Amino acid sequence: MTLLEPADVPLAGISAPIVAAAVLLAAIAIFSYVMLRRIQLLRAVLPDPRFSEIGRRIWLAIVYGFGQARQPRYLGAGIMHILLFAGFVILSLRSLTLIGRGFSSGFHLPLMTGSVGFAYEVLKDYVVLMVLVVCIVAMVRRAVFKPARYQHTGTSKGHGAEAYVILGMVSALMITDMIYDGSALAVGGHTSGAALFPAASLGAAFMGAASQSTLSVLHVAGYWAHILVFFTLLNYLPISKHFHVITAIPNVFFAKLNKGGIKPVRWGVDDWMELEECGVGRFEQFTWKHVLDFYSCADCGRCSDNCPAATVGRALSPRMISIKARDYVYEHYPVFSANKDPDDKPFTGNIVTEQEIWACTTCGACEQECPIFIEYIDKIVDMRRYLVEQGEMPVSLQKPLQQIKKKGNAYGATKTKRAEWTKALEGIQVKELQPGDATDTLFFVDSCGSFDPRIQEISKSFARILHRSGVEFGILGKDETDSGNEIRRLGEEGLFEQVSSKNIEAFQAREFREIVAFDPHAFNVIRNDYPVKFPVTHASQMLARFLEQGRITLKGNYLAGRLVTYHDPCYLGRHNGVYNEPRAVLGRIPGMHLREMHRSFTRSFCCSGGGPLLWYENEEEKERMGERRVKMAAEIGAQVIVTACPFCLINLEDAVKTTGNEGKIEVIDLVELVDRYLA
Amino acid sequence: MDIIVCVKRVPDTSEADLAIDKGGKDIQKGGLDYDINDWDRFAIEEAVLIKEKTGGKVTVVTVGDEDAEEMLREGLARGADEAFLLWDESFEGSDGYATAHILAAFLKQRSYDLVLTGTLADDDCGGQFGGMLAAMLGVPVATLVHKIEVKNGSITVRRELEAGLSERLDIDLPAVVSVATGINEPRFVSIRAVRKVASIEIPTVDRGELGLDEADVGSAGAKVEIEKVFLPPEGEGAEIIAGSPADAAARLAEILKEKGGIA
Ligand code: SF4
Ligand code: SF4
Repeated sequence: MTLLEPADVPLAGISAPIVAAAVLLAAIAIFSYVMLRRIQLLRAVLPDPRFSEIGRRIWLAIVYGFGQARQPRYLGAGIMHILLFAGFVILSLRSLTLIGRGFSSGFHLPLMTGSVGFAYEVLKDYVVLMVLVVCIVAMVRRAVFKPARYQHTGTSKGHGAEAYVILGMVSALMITDMIYDGSALAVGGHTSGAALFPAASLGAAFMGAASQSTLSVLHVAGYWAHILVFFTLLNYLPISKHFHVITAIPNVFFAKLNKGGIKPVRWGVDDWMELEECGVGRFEQFTWKHVLDFYSCADCGRCSDNCPAATVGRALSPRMISIKARDYVYEHYPVFSANKDPDDKPFTGNIVTEQEIWACTTCGACEQECPIFIEYIDKIVDMRRYLVEQGEMPVSLQKPLQQIKKKGNAYGATKTKRAEWTKALEGIQVKELQPGDATDTLFFVDSCGSFDPRIQEISKSFARILHRSGVEFGILGKDETDSGNEIRRLGEEGLFEQVSSKNIEAFQAREFREIVAFDPHAFNVIRNDYPVKFPVTHASQMLARFLEQGRITLKGNYLAGRLVTYHDPCYLGRHNGVYNEPRAVLGRIPGMHLREMHRSFTRSFCCSGGGPLLWYENEEEKERMGERRVKMAAEIGAQVIVTACPFCLINLEDAVKTTGNEGKIEVIDLVELVDRYLA
Repeated sequence: MDIIVCVKRVPDTSEADLAIDKGGKDIQKGGLDYDINDWDRFAIEEAVLIKEKTGGKVTVVTVGDEDAEEMLREGLARGADEAFLLWDESFEGSDGYATAHILAAFLKQRSYDLVLTGTLADDDCGGQFGGMLAAMLGVPVATLVHKIEVKNGSITVRRELEAGLSERLDIDLPAVVSVATGINEPRFVSIRAVRKVASIEIPTVDRGELGLDEADVGSAGAKVEIEKVFLPPEGEGAEIIAGSPADAAARLAEILKEKGGIA
């Protein structure tokens, strides 16, 4: 006994294939129109070259898009997402099949016949049940356990309901499928048992008592309900926060490839100084990729959960930037009515507040975490560029920037004294390279290493190590200017160009094999932002190399059995992928007991930033980031925190004092530690 | 409202090692970095803020040679509409009085509602300029002003007094007001903002154009004569504690104990 198939049952006197065609056409028409509107905006905003290195992009899409490689960073939610995504992919064939069955009974996709078709039917049935279970678990998790990272802050519009809508719709898809297949099973349409078709059997069990005529109605009704929910869901995606279902994989494909660097003021413009406006003040000044990011944000909260600024109570939650921006798009570029004129109020400063914009340390934790590679740093820098142009800049940052403008360093020191620190070195003459001079290694000391008394200690240690290694080296001395990493990130592009071109000029006037810097900020900006490329190494990499080559050897007992932890500086780890070399150096230190903090490697926790950010005062924060970091070290019982960044050192040393850990925890730079062990 | 802001270029002495000039009447200024007097920064900002509310024009003016042009351009970048450089060889050596004389001559040739300036200059800290200028122009003056409210034809200002007291004055315009730091938050001037005003011409006005006598300007017109500049003699009992912070702190504690500062 079999049931009449949907294609054979007219609806209100209209033949089913006609209804199916009408539904399909209407759904596709609406969907195309909505997508067209969304794409129109992408085409209207600013350009962004994202088509380079196609091979690498395809690889990203495979690994992080289809492979969902970042999902397991949050294990529970990640596994659920992977299951849902896999279900989504597997069931997409089923959806196509079902659409076809509106036109002809027993429709199959090509190749989906015989044993392959049967195997797929079995697989699909398991997947239906799995997806339903995952949806229910996800809803319960949201409703009962309320993970904190799903809470929204700083906006009146709630989006919490949207998650239930989509989970509900997906569940409905599964249930209607179970009704459709289950009713057929119940009347004995299928011969195999529950073990092969658990979802259909479960459906059948629920409908077991129904009469044959009820079952035939359920079979057809289940089918059409499925089709309707399917198309509703499809059209709901691009008008909700679930747009990511469509845009996530493209978004990963178009991801930013030059990590560590900052985008130019405007792509495709030779002289940005000539521009009428610079940076992002109006929404339309974002690039299309940045708008695609806004479309794509899944509102999962992982970025904000890892954001140090959010953690210490600053008025920043990166996720909310995306959510507010998408709300702005959906409001100002609605699908079914005319575009709304932007209000007089610019986007920057109103939708995203100045407090949010200045609170960011550009640590990159958000971008590292986002499963779909949404960017924040470039957007924040672009908004800062606009604010700076308006003359807005936190007072605490103005002075150091003015000093850099006048004197080339934030310390307000005279540039002729840049090499003064070398005088305190005993028995070592550090060569101040003059234009035309040649050397092997150019030691870029930067302003902090030249003028900050604490950081001068690292400069001295490093000079001693270089001296001992036997490599020929020199410094730029008075011809050195601030590296400019933070200047660029604070949105003062003009000043960045000024300082970087001075350094580039100084580099070009001398001959050397490589540049080395112990400050990851200097290392980063020379490596990733300077328009002229020079070979540049971080001190930790050079130390690892020296040890490997036997140029230096280590001996001593400075640590005396103390438990050591290593703090990954943002601009060394996340922005440049240098995680192993510092640890390799630590591994060479006699008697090393190293224990990692819970947040280490890519999850390292920023200790509040470098360069002029050392002077930045934030009024909202309840705790210093460095203090939070020191507590993390204390948690694992560390007695020594080794870092490889002078600003981390300063921030953490301060925090050790303010958290009452003085005498209990020592903070030391990797370079200093190696210096202590020089044999 | 048309506002003219008088500014001064001063050496930044905060981080510099100061030395006395050979003549013994000045410090060595060769290696010093110059910048706008910090107090004047607030005066420009205030003028621009008033202009943004009431309309009108902001003019920045200084007495100084072409080196002062960069400072004026920064004033334009801050939102001023025009700038003038008052310079003539004979202006060299002007003190506060002679400078006020030069600026009074300039102001008399123009129409204005308000003259703003910083109360003090960071270099000589004379604090006389605003008052003398007002006297020469024959208009009212208020100093150390930390709030300005614009009325019709007049302004209400608040002056900072000792012990947190404030004084409120209603002043008829035109007037001279010298402002205190903290009256506002001066905006940040980016490199690009300065670049944007690069094409605005900054005219130089010389003594002839101002109709001034050589005897009234420069060192000839100055009322103050500096006899000698010197470092304060090392006082009895002053001691600079050298050594590491830990050692220095220990020594300091010792001294305090010795002298009965702490029990
Ligand atoms: S870069 Fe760091 S501080 Fe800035 S938003 Fe991202 S996580 Fe937060
Ligand atoms: S930006 Fe990425 S990590 Fe942050 S909420 Fe959106 S999808 Fe999640």
